[in-house]
Amino acid sequence: MSITVPLLKAAQAESAAPAATDVALDLRGVGKTYDTPGRPQVEAIRNLDFQVGRGELVCVVGPSGAGKTTLLRSIAGLLDVTKGEVVLDGTAVTGPPEGMAVVFQEYGRSLFPWMTVRQNIELPLKEKGIPKAERREKVDKALAEVSLTEAAEQHPWQLSGGMQQRVAIARAVAYEPTVLLMDEPFAAVDAQTRAELEDLVRSLWKRLGVTVLFVTHDIDEAVYLGERVIVLSNRPTVLMEDVNVDLPPERDQLSTRSDPRFGELRGHVYSLIQKAKAGHRPEGEEA
Amino acid sequence: MSPTQATLAPPTPSGAATRKPRRSRKGRPALLGIAGVAIVLVGAELLSRTGIVNPDFLPPVTEMYATLFRLLGEGEFWHSLVLTVRGWAIGLAAAMALGIAAGFVIGSFPFLRAFTSSTIEFLRPIPSVALIPLVVLLWGTQPQSAFVLVVYAAFWQVLVQVLYGVADVDPVARDTARSYQFGPLRIARSVIYPTALPYIMTAFRLAAAVALILEITAELVIGVPGLGRDIGIAQSSGNVPETYALVIVVGLIGVAVNLFARFAEKKMLWWHPSIRSEHS
Amino acid sequence: MTATTYAKKAFLALGLPLILLAAWWIASAGSTNPFWPSLQTILQTFPETWTPERLAADLVPSLARLGIGFSLAVVGGIVGGTAIGLSPTLRALSEPVLEFFRAVPPPVLVPIIALFAGYTGWLGKIVTIALGCLWPILLNTVEGVRGLEPTLTDTAKSYRLSWWRRLLFVVLPGASPRIFTGARQALSIGVILMVISELFGANRGLGASIVQFQRSFAIPQMWTGIILLGLIGVLLAAIFKVVETRMLAWYMGQRQIERGE
Repeated sequence: MSITVPLLKAAQAESAAPAATDVALDLRGVGKTYDTPGRPQVEAIRNLDFQVGRGELVCVVGPSGAGKTTLLRSIAGLLDVTKGEVVLDGTAVTGPPEGMAVVFQEYGRSLFPWMTVRQNIELPLKEKGIPKAERREKVDKALAEVSLTEAAEQHPWQLSGGMQQRVAIARAVAYEPTVLLMDEPFAAVDAQTRAELEDLVRSLWKRLGVTVLFVTHDIDEAVYLGERVIVLSNRPTVLMEDVNVDLPPERDQLSTRSDPRFGELRGHVYSLIQKAKAGHRPEGEEA
Repeated sequence: MSPTQATLAPPTPSGAATRKPRRSRKGRPALLGIAGVAIVLVGAELLSRTGIVNPDFLPPVTEMYATLFRLLGEGEFWHSLVLTVRGWAIGLAAAMALGIAAGFVIGSFPFLRAFTSSTIEFLRPIPSVALIPLVVLLWGTQPQSAFVLVVYAAFWQVLVQVLYGVADVDPVARDTARSYQFGPLRIARSVIYPTALPYIMTAFRLAAAVALILEITAELVIGVPGLGRDIGIAQSSGNVPETYALVIVVGLIGVAVNLFARFAEKKMLWWHPSIRSEHS
Repeated sequence: MTATTYAKKAFLALGLPLILLAAWWIASAGSTNPFWPSLQTILQTFPETWTPERLAADLVPSLARLGIGFSLAVVGGIVGGTAIGLSPTLRALSEPVLEFFRAVPPPVLVPIIALFAGYTGWLGKIVTIALGCLWPILLNTVEGVRGLEPTLTDTAKSYRLSWWRRLLFVVLPGASPRIFTGARQALSIGVILMVISELFGANRGLGASIVQFQRSFAIPQMWTGIILLGLIGVLLAAIFKVVETRMLAWYMGQRQIERGE
């Protein structure tokens, strides 16, 4: 197993908030087995160990059925792990933790259809007890970040899929989380919108210095977005490889994707996924 | 809608549910259900026995069931039961036949649909009990009185569902059928009917319940022979346990009707991707 | 252009009702059958029968009882249905019991409630209406709460919304389309029970007076009562629709877009 503890780049360290530790998220020997009576036991995740540094953007890829969603739900505190622990900001996660925001794949179903865009973004802020004037300001700012200022009073279902997902991102951004989890957020939008949203995530990440864990099944997307790509094996899931993406921090759809290094990394991750699909596992691991 | 990524998670989204150690979860709901029934029965028995509730109003459950078993041995009871079920079935069948026929005809022609919609919207909410005085004048306590009330109430349920169903036909499927030169009858049979079938089954379920309500109402209020009338007689003659026993019987018929309707729905729609959830 | 569209709309909406009324008018004109008086006679009898005093004495109490009973059922059904919908244990415990109670045709409650509350005053009638309206609302609320989109629940959880905020901003709005479905079914049952409850015991009220007309063979008056009852049914349905359209605007808009209209 080749787990490389990431070294924070100077640029990221600058933008990150001052904190006691430079590790935002720490997975320590996490495992998850579903044990439903009347059904065979399912070992979804066997053992996962990795860290996400503060201010890092890390992508997780794996073959379909690799337990990506299980992993994300465990990190989000929506699912209990059966082994090991997930530590956020030095505290073990037992339920949905403070300082974490999740952007789900199903944008159409994660926004409250009975609320306007503004109300959707405002609701978690209300829960935080932020006063009204400040809430308004934060919502306006978040909407401006995703360039949706004019849609504030509309209902989510009046917007296109890409716009809806931008609302979900704005809601997460306004919440000012320590870690932003994204669960295949662009799997259901068309290719052009997808490229725009990818660039949006990159630029938000840079401007706001937020830590992002981005789960995807798209290899190109993972390499294009991530500073590191964590490749998962097939079920029961272990870590295949933690790939460091040594592309320049300034990325754009044209030049980055035609960069030879991008092609190499992409090829490398691709072959890892193919191996994972074929049932190949890291040394010392049996299926 | 975006298809949900196939996850490994069995469909237990609730965190609370997964947290609890579960050993024999499968049999649990059934056991709890039996416990729920037991609580109600024992509770009612105790309320009555201890006198917290006047036993003249709420006799002990055991006494109700004793009366019920006595009734089961009486021919008159069975006669009433048959009359009630027959009245319900005939009325329901007529309402289904009329509703489906009218629904297909009206639904198939956009002009008819637009032309009749205001009238349907107006006639539908008219409570069928408004017709009680009229049917009493015309037929008195004869079964026809109940029949008219049942048909009037159930017909609209069926008609509206069938109209939804016919409207739900995929335009592409209809155009495909037309482009292959299908005749109107073949289109009705091979395109419209399969689409409308789930709606017809929903209509059956809703109409079956409404028809029973109106059948019992007619018996109770007008005096059409049947279990409803027996309930009225038992109550006015002060036979409280029998009143309750008959109400229990009527309730059980209602349960049977619901179960039958749901069973029929499942049987008929085994091929259907999803058993529709209706918003009628 | 618009004038013709309006004319077409008006023709479609009013055409058939006018034809039917005209048919009734012509068919019943000069009728000598005592049970089927002419429409003209009925319409002439209407204002003399339903004087403001009579409306105040008969119609207002009927509607007030319906209003009170229905409101009680709405509150009880939503509270009970939410509790049962949110708790799997409570749901398993109550399922067979509810299955029975909802299957009992509501009119048979009348004789039972008459035992407890008597049937001369308002109490028995209100209880009858409330109990009859309760089950459709309760059961639909349970289904609505259970059918909540899991992603929405997850979102609410991950943003750590408090229990009551989840209830108020997520669970109840999410269940509201089903709650309205139940309330609509309940309303028509409520109208039936409003009438039936007045047929027992010597009483005033809309249902009672219609039956009195029938028993005293005041046939045109009876017909006016039937028509009035029909109008009330239609009016209540219309009011309900207005409220529903307002409160479920988001739902209807969303469905329209999903169906690609």
